[in-house]
Amino acid sequence: MSTSAHAAFRRLFHEIGTVDAVGVEERVAKFATRSIKKKSKLFGLKLAVTMVDLTTLEGKDTPGKVASLCQKAIAPHEGIDVPSTAAVCVYPAMVKHAKKHVAGTSVRVASVATAFPSGQAPLKTRLAEVRSAVADGADEIDMVINRGAFLSGEFSLVQDEIRQVVEACGSSTLKVILETSELETYDNIRAASFLAMQVLRPNDFIKTSTGKTSANATLGNNQVMLEAIRDFYFETGIPIAMKPAGGIRTAKQALQFLIAVKETLGDEWLNNQRYRFGASTLLNDLLRQIEKERSGNYQAPYYFSEAAESY
Amino acid sequence: MNPRLPITKTPKCYVGGAFIRSESGRVTPLHDASGAFFANIPQCTRKDLRNAVEAAAKSGSGWAKRSAYNRGQIIYRLAEMIEARSAEMIEALQVGGQPSARAKTEVAATVDRLIHYAGWTDKYEQLLGNVNPVSSPHFNFTVTEPTGIVGVLAPEDAPLLALVSLIAPAITSGNTVVALASTSQPYPSIALGEMLATSDLPGGVVNLLTGFRAELLPTFATHAHIRAISGVANADERKAIKLAAADSVKRVHLLKTEETHDWFADSAQGLYEIRDLVEFKTTWHPIGA
Repeated sequence: MSTSAHAAFRRLFHEIGTVDAVGVEERVAKFATRSIKKKSKLFGLKLAVTMVDLTTLEGKDTPGKVASLCQKAIAPHEGIDVPSTAAVCVYPAMVKHAKKHVAGTSVRVASVATAFPSGQAPLKTRLAEVRSAVADGADEIDMVINRGAFLSGEFSLVQDEIRQVVEACGSSTLKVILETSELETYDNIRAASFLAMQVLRPNDFIKTSTGKTSANATLGNNQVMLEAIRDFYFETGIPIAMKPAGGIRTAKQALQFLIAVKETLGDEWLNNQRYRFGASTLLNDLLRQIEKERSGNYQAPYYFSEAAESY
Repeated sequence: MNPRLPITKTPKCYVGGAFIRSESGRVTPLHDASGAFFANIPQCTRKDLRNAVEAAAKSGSGWAKRSAYNRGQIIYRLAEMIEARSAEMIEALQVGGQPSARAKTEVAATVDRLIHYAGWTDKYEQLLGNVNPVSSPHFNFTVTEPTGIVGVLAPEDAPLLALVSLIAPAITSGNTVVALASTSQPYPSIALGEMLATSDLPGGVVNLLTGFRAELLPTFATHAHIRAISGVANADERKAIKLAAADSVKRVHLLKTEETHDWFADSAQGLYEIRDLVEFKTTWHPIGA
């Protein structure tokens, strides 16, 4: 790290504070010990279903695959009482196909944009991608931050780019992906969260990961971001939403993340306007556990339609 | 110098290629034939069973995709591992009170049984599959596929030989197994797990649980991911298992506890044990005039 980058980080940490890494790890370890059973479990599972951004982000995506994904998002499973998911999350080229299938339902269309997952394209190209996705009808845009600029301490460049994407979004919700696995430390995750939040609108999201790197959402980085959201809310009164993505595959994990939300931000954040899961396989495990709660029997995974395997 | 402190082993169950305690933390004290305390055996719960099924599911497709010849090599290797550590296995059987001569015979028979099925892996298909005569321009043939995850319920007698005699035909055709060991003599299954771990059998293909049979039977029967039940059960258990298994349309092959079974006999092994745990797929392939 160059001296100027060092100084920039020092100034920022002085302003927003740093993270007690050991404390965070200890705190999140406790979330995994809560015993959630019966009625509260079913409540949590169904709530988690409503928070899923059902995702397919693969080179091999086709309009047909997106169509079946949309169907799955609208009506996740036949025969059990489950709500629709919050949104489907697709590549920009698939937005118009997805839009057609979810029309008239509560399911929103989210699109990754800004040269996802690396973000390594000229700003002009990235903004054009956002505008095109919005024009095709994307209700939500998932952007990646410029990690290179962030790590070299060029914070105003990072914020400037986010600001321009906010503008390009128009009325669409924005989710800012920090890509926590490339930020190295909890301090950096907190710093990037603040930089993003300072230029976001109320109820825009900060998001952990693209799901395209080896390390994804963990209870630890989720907690750091939730606490950043809390501190920012107390300071400014602006509520920012949160989306962990990647690596959340089981219902049990999802419940632990919800416990973190409940105990850090409270009930105001326990809805799909303020909290989402970016996932593809999670939905089927949630359905499997809901059906298990209903019938009392453990279910086979192939009883549930597989709409997406990526992420 | 002080006398050396005794180092006793903590018996653990072999699940998903790892040695686990029960998630419940519960154990049952096991006493040897003389009534002295021997060790605490994990008392597995339905959640342990669920985890074992997940482990079996994870390894299942890979195991079924291995070539038949390779499955044979691996089962043979398992037999080699038990043969090389037969003294340890004989001791494990003696914990349950078996006289040394009988324990020795049982270990030898167990090794031979595995060798028997190792030979079958690339041969049963020739006997169970078929080209069927049909009166239309079709090439019509039947091949077998493994059933999937098999729940094995071991009887109380012959705690090693019977357990292996139930597991071996299942894995021969590419199934995976979640087995519940004998309740009164669980220790040989613990030793077997340690030998499975050093064989080339991929983790998760065979999972061994110890615990109370009555606690686990309902979950064995109702878990939809378990595709077949193979083992020994009494009249009440058979009825309960068949009723509960009907929901998920499981195959149920249960021997009767009230009848005696000679696990040492040649009749306790063979092609029909393999056939019970495969699915038949018939294909109609059009041919030119």
